[in-house]
Amino acid sequence: MAEHKIKYDRQLRIWGELGQVALEKASICLLNCGPTGSETLKNLVLGGIGSITVIDGSKVDEGDLGNNFMLDESSIGHPKAKCVCSFLQELNDSVNAKFIEEYPEKLLESNPSFFAQFSLVIATQLMENSVVKLDRICREANIMLIIARSYGLTGLVRISVKEHAVIETKPDHFLDDLRLNNPWPELKSFADTIDLNTPDPVAHKHIPYVIILVRIAEEWEKSHGGTLPSTRDEKKEFKELIKSKMAAIDEDNYKEAIEASFKLFAPRGISSNLQKIISDNRVELDSTSSDFWVMVAALKEFISNEGGGEPPLEGSIPDMTSSTEHYVNLQMIYQAKAEADYQIIESKVRNILKTIGRDTQSISKAAIKSFCRNARKLTVCRYRSIQEEFTAPNSSELQKYLTDEDYSLAVGFYILLRAADRFAANYNSFPGQFDGEMDEDISRLKTTAVSLLNDLGCNGTTLTEDLINEMCRFGAAEIHAVAAFIGGIASQEVIKLITKQFIPMSGTFIFNGIDHKSQLLSL
Amino acid sequence: MASFGGQVSRSRDLDKLLLRPGHLVGPDFDPGTDLREGLKEFVKILVVGAGGLGCELLKDLALSGFRHLEVIDMDRIEVSNLNRQFLFRLQDVGKPKAEVAAQRVMERVSGVNIVPHFCRIEDKEIDFYSDFSIIALGLDSIEARSYINSVACSFLEYEDDDTPKGESIKPMVDGGTEGFKGHARVILPGKTPCFECTIWLFPPQVKFPLCTLAETPRTAAHCIEYAHLIKWDEVHGGKAFDPDEPDHMNWVYSEALKRADLFGIPGVTYQLTQGVVKNIIPAIASTNAIISAACALETLKIASDCSKTLSNYLTYNGAEGLHTKVTEFVRDKDCLVCGPGALVELDMSTTLQKFIELLEEHPKLLLSKASISHKGKNLYMQAPPILEEQTRSNLTQPLFHLIGKKTRDVVHATGTISKNGTKTSSLKKVRIVFTGVDGTAEMDMVSGA
Ligand SMILES: [Zn+2]
Repeated sequence: MAEHKIKYDRQLRIWGELGQVALEKASICLLNCGPTGSETLKNLVLGGIGSITVIDGSKVDEGDLGNNFMLDESSIGHPKAKCVCSFLQELNDSVNAKFIEEYPEKLLESNPSFFAQFSLVIATQLMENSVVKLDRICREANIMLIIARSYGLTGLVRISVKEHAVIETKPDHFLDDLRLNNPWPELKSFADTIDLNTPDPVAHKHIPYVIILVRIAEEWEKSHGGTLPSTRDEKKEFKELIKSKMAAIDEDNYKEAIEASFKLFAPRGISSNLQKIISDNRVELDSTSSDFWVMVAALKEFISNEGGGEPPLEGSIPDMTSSTEHYVNLQMIYQAKAEADYQIIESKVRNILKTIGRDTQSISKAAIKSFCRNARKLTVCRYRSIQEEFTAPNSSELQKYLTDEDYSLAVGFYILLRAADRFAANYNSFPGQFDGEMDEDISRLKTTAVSLLNDLGCNGTTLTEDLINEMCRFGAAEIHAVAAFIGGIASQEVIKLITKQFIPMSGTFIFNGIDHKSQLLSL
Repeated sequence: MASFGGQVSRSRDLDKLLLRPGHLVGPDFDPGTDLREGLKEFVKILVVGAGGLGCELLKDLALSGFRHLEVIDMDRIEVSNLNRQFLFRLQDVGKPKAEVAAQRVMERVSGVNIVPHFCRIEDKEIDFYSDFSIIALGLDSIEARSYINSVACSFLEYEDDDTPKGESIKPMVDGGTEGFKGHARVILPGKTPCFECTIWLFPPQVKFPLCTLAETPRTAAHCIEYAHLIKWDEVHGGKAFDPDEPDHMNWVYSEALKRADLFGIPGVTYQLTQGVVKNIIPAIASTNAIISAACALETLKIASDCSKTLSNYLTYNGAEGLHTKVTEFVRDKDCLVCGPGALVELDMSTTLQKFIELLEEHPKLLLSKASISHKGKNLYMQAPPILEEQTRSNLTQPLFHLIGKKTRDVVHATGTISKNGTKTSSLKKVRIVFTGVDGTAEMDMVSGA
């Protein structure tokens, strides 16, 4: 559909057709549709998410109109879930929008299996005890969960998923895979066909830097016992050697060669990140292993055998000063090597599938190709369960945050957000929610925070009076701009999880609306 | 809240920030209903741009206690806006963005008044901009940012000791996004760096050398730019290329394909052709929402002092994990835009004509064909012809007389400057001081009177 393509053009340029298809297949459940939840869904509905189900048990009152754009005068007295849902539908009619008028807390008790039908659940403004329950349900059913909370000038976003493996991580800056430090025979022999000493100045300044570096490295290795430059002095000397081969001062290709020489100095083999992935015990496969781990197992075999310590070649090269002919030839040499590596991996994947009793064709060629192209950039994210974070927090990290000035506000808010929920569980209102009880609430919140810190193993640590006062001043207010910020972050993470592209956030994001020094806490 | 007798008020949530005393707040925070009502009645905010950021900003500001908003945008709604510019629907395509955006927000948030301006930012008199308490920028072009920045900074006045006069500071909040990344910043001219102080944050786009396009194309983009920049002119003579004309775009696409075939270069698609020719920046709803929300929150804080403000530049990157960072950039003391201004010493007899010539020679300005204004009044306009004719007689007058015989003052000069070979229009602030006036000026005035 042409209109569909034009409408989504600006985002298709980011996550492509496959990412868009993944979004259009996804079904999202939202718990509570105050401004935080409404804004999260708004961003997803605009992008063409498949279906949304809004769950909220409250009726719209006058106060809701002051912070939620998805409601208006006519909504007052009506179910909030219904009103928000119908406005969201207005934004994009290709989205399937549904609502259920029910309090999420009740649904958690009455129908926990309800959540199994969704791809992902977004829980907004949900209190600690319900979050823990929901997390347990979602983990058991393998449903992704995102928790979002806006609270005065603070808030948080947290992902909870057992494991999220990403092939298309699409990092911004990643060293291109030129293999200059470990060239294969075809690249070497192609480099040898090019005359570096050509008397033709036009030809000389159009030799691509890849060729220049491969050839000069060969020359260097001959006089250095087969090793490449490693010390600072050697590297300097190597660059001087490149410079000495320039025929004229304005040769961009030689300048590029000098600038790119660090690629030649890089160590051979795989990164520590990739080493960790191929050493993961999920590589011990069984019939329930995911496609990702099947391919990782094939990759591991490849690296220790045919690859000689290297992963499959990516196959693409960056633009560089060159004649068209040299460049196109070079491109073909890289592509041919990538294709050969892919063939080996593919046959390994098919063999492995057979061994574990799966259909040998159950992973597509396209999927294996994409895996090979991105092998160096694979990322596996794992998130602790909420229960684990609450009962056994990483106390050394917590201590570190508490004493680090850059983190002091953010970690203070983390403690106070949790203390506020404990407070509410005890007193049936949030600290500072009502005007008359401010002074009492401040001292109660302080006591609650101290006891929470004790439970977290941080005895003796106190939070500043200023911060505790601010938290009471916030009185659980949901400020629209804060909700829009938190909702924006939550929707961004949903997109990354659903498209399986880019790298989702790790830890707990604590929003600091005072000076914007927000932080990610790994607890 | 007591005044509502326990009833739920529409400002239920905002009241917590505006009516209650706070501990981590700005120096002039004075909580209470006066503050809340003051934001409603007396604070006027201009949103520049009604695109991805502008739509969000209007919504966020309308729900942040402000009642008087205006929005300026010269564009009309396109289908490709609909994945993020949530105030627009398919049936709005072709209508002015500013008008539809204003209408939609007013429909939903009662009590808010939004005045749309469907025009270029340069079409407005400088005085138009002086009317606003805060200017919020939701733009995607460096030139437009630079222009608004220079306008806002032109209102800035300095004391004799070069400290900025508080009441002359026109605060700006500025947002920008690209894909999963963005920035939000607060500009308090004279106090924090203005857009021009940190212009290096926006490096100019790298263009392909023409010889690469003509002789050694290697990538799909080279083939596209060859068709767009070289072949089009060869074939179509004087006819200008219009990127919004589908026939033109299709022609470039098919020519690029031919060239790619000829050289064996893969990857030319219609989507890429559009991207390269129009320099399309990928854009999504979520990033716009995040950045606009940060800008709106800062606007609320500047207007109310209800919390500390961002100092002064926030970057957000959501592509690899989630990273936010606040950087405190420093002012360029010699900035021609937000600094005290280029000082020009003049003789009382210097004519306006001579002054314009001096600006062209001034090593820090090099401003040619300048139009001059003083406190919003045009002293000389190079264009349009009708204004030129009206102001021409001033050229032979002494500038000293034209500005009301003040011995020191600021005038604004709009002219062209040459930057890397291309001419761009530029607005400069010029501080003029008349030398040797201490005794003589008084005498002149006495004798004149
Ligand atoms: Zn400046």
